[in-house]
Amino acid sequence: MIPKGCRYTKEHEWVRLEGGLATFGITDHAQDQLGDIVYVELPPLEENLTQFEPFGVVESVKAASDLYAPLSGEVMEVNKGLSDHPEFINEDPYGKGWMIKIEPSDTSELDNLLTAKQYEEYLEGLD
Amino acid sequence: MKRTPLCEAHLALGARMVEFGGWSMPVRYTSILEEHRAVRERAGLFDISHMGEIEVRGKGALRFLQRALTNDASRLAIGQAQYTLLCNHKGGIIDDLLVYGRGEEHYLLVVNAANTEKDYRWLSGLEPDAELVDLSMDTALLSLQGPRSQDILSRLTTVDLSSLSYYHFKEGQVEGVEALISRTGYTGEDGFELFVPWEAAPALWRRILEVGEEDGLVPVGLGARDTLRLEAAMPLYGHELDEMTTPLEAGLTRFVNFEKGDFVGREALLHQREEGLKRGLIGLAMEEAGIPRQGYPMLLKGKEIGGVTSGTYSPTFNRPVAMGYVQRPYTEEGTELEVLIHGKPRRARVVRLPFYQRERRVG
Repeated sequence: MIPKGCRYTKEHEWVRLEGGLATFGITDHAQDQLGDIVYVELPPLEENLTQFEPFGVVESVKAASDLYAPLSGEVMEVNKGLSDHPEFINEDPYGKGWMIKIEPSDTSELDNLLTAKQYEEYLEGLD
Repeated sequence: MKRTPLCEAHLALGARMVEFGGWSMPVRYTSILEEHRAVRERAGLFDISHMGEIEVRGKGALRFLQRALTNDASRLAIGQAQYTLLCNHKGGIIDDLLVYGRGEEHYLLVVNAANTEKDYRWLSGLEPDAELVDLSMDTALLSLQGPRSQDILSRLTTVDLSSLSYYHFKEGQVEGVEALISRTGYTGEDGFELFVPWEAAPALWRRILEVGEEDGLVPVGLGARDTLRLEAAMPLYGHELDEMTTPLEAGLTRFVNFEKGDFVGREALLHQREEGLKRGLIGLAMEEAGIPRQGYPMLLKGKEIGGVTSGTYSPTFNRPVAMGYVQRPYTEEGTELEVLIHGKPRRARVVRLPFYQRERRVG
């Protein structure tokens, strides 16, 4: 359930590098904890994000949660489908439920993130 | 943390448990959206055994309730329930509750879980000339809500439910269990609340779910209980109601009877009525994106005029709904204001409450 090709934050965001861009989303664990996601607020194009700083908000029926950027960089693309279908995040958090793509400014920041194995261990420690 | 007799049943159903009012309670079994819609369209079963029950009995019982509570308990027939408020001397709300008329000088108060001990202490402090007994840990409470409720419950009892009107109750057996069957609820739908002995609850819970399955009955957690009551604009203690808020501000004046004689808080409330209210409870609709939540400020041209007390995404209307208090005269329907959401002001409008009202059958 935890894709090997991603890196993770302790706040349960994932990032995947593809063709020079980095895609962000939240993990399956995060969507499961939140329950039905009904609204997502994402940054505008060209906004500059800083690693571990908030880049948006995800709202379930019950509560709002900040989203934290796994990497620094400029927003290149936003998943517009989520405005009408925020439930994509529940249904397919690593696929259709992706949130934004950025151009990372420093890929060495990946070293500050958890690998799939580390994230799995981290989750086990939470229970 | 306290546990209801159904704790194991919830875990077996895969419920996610949370702390609420000192109790471990199910917040959802599957999805809040699905559970909410099940109650609006079919039926849902809630464990609300965390609610407090206090019996008031003895020859001074009615006189005592008349003195302690805002509504007129003398109008309460045996077999009837009444919504009422427990206020302090300043008119602030200590709790909101239902009073059940069980017999001559025999009443049952159903109070909020988190307030049970506070209420009991307060009531005792008023030196009642009646006996007060806290039955909370002996009484389980199941709530069956939704348009299919009567059909489902009628399979398990010989008590005639069709002649039981809203805010009335009957005592009788459900699946061989002695129950107080009340046509009340906290969802805006038709439904029943069943007061049963603590130890009888698990078997009855399973049985109701079994016989309701064909109607699409599902167990429902506190998450959907909150979205259902908010759409129906029913206040929740700790949100719309607290000791700094009076029934008049909360739009509950019809549950305050100034003519019945003296009661705790009467003088303060009369004074507030004469002076005029400074703020009032409103409904809120968003004109821009964002979901208002408890504690978010409400602004008018940048100036704070109030705050949100409850806000959520409405599963019935697929948009945010919220309630809150604003200064007068901004309580006026149609007033345009802003809610500060995640640091940004977003346009909103004062709307009429409730957001949701079911169509009532005639009769």
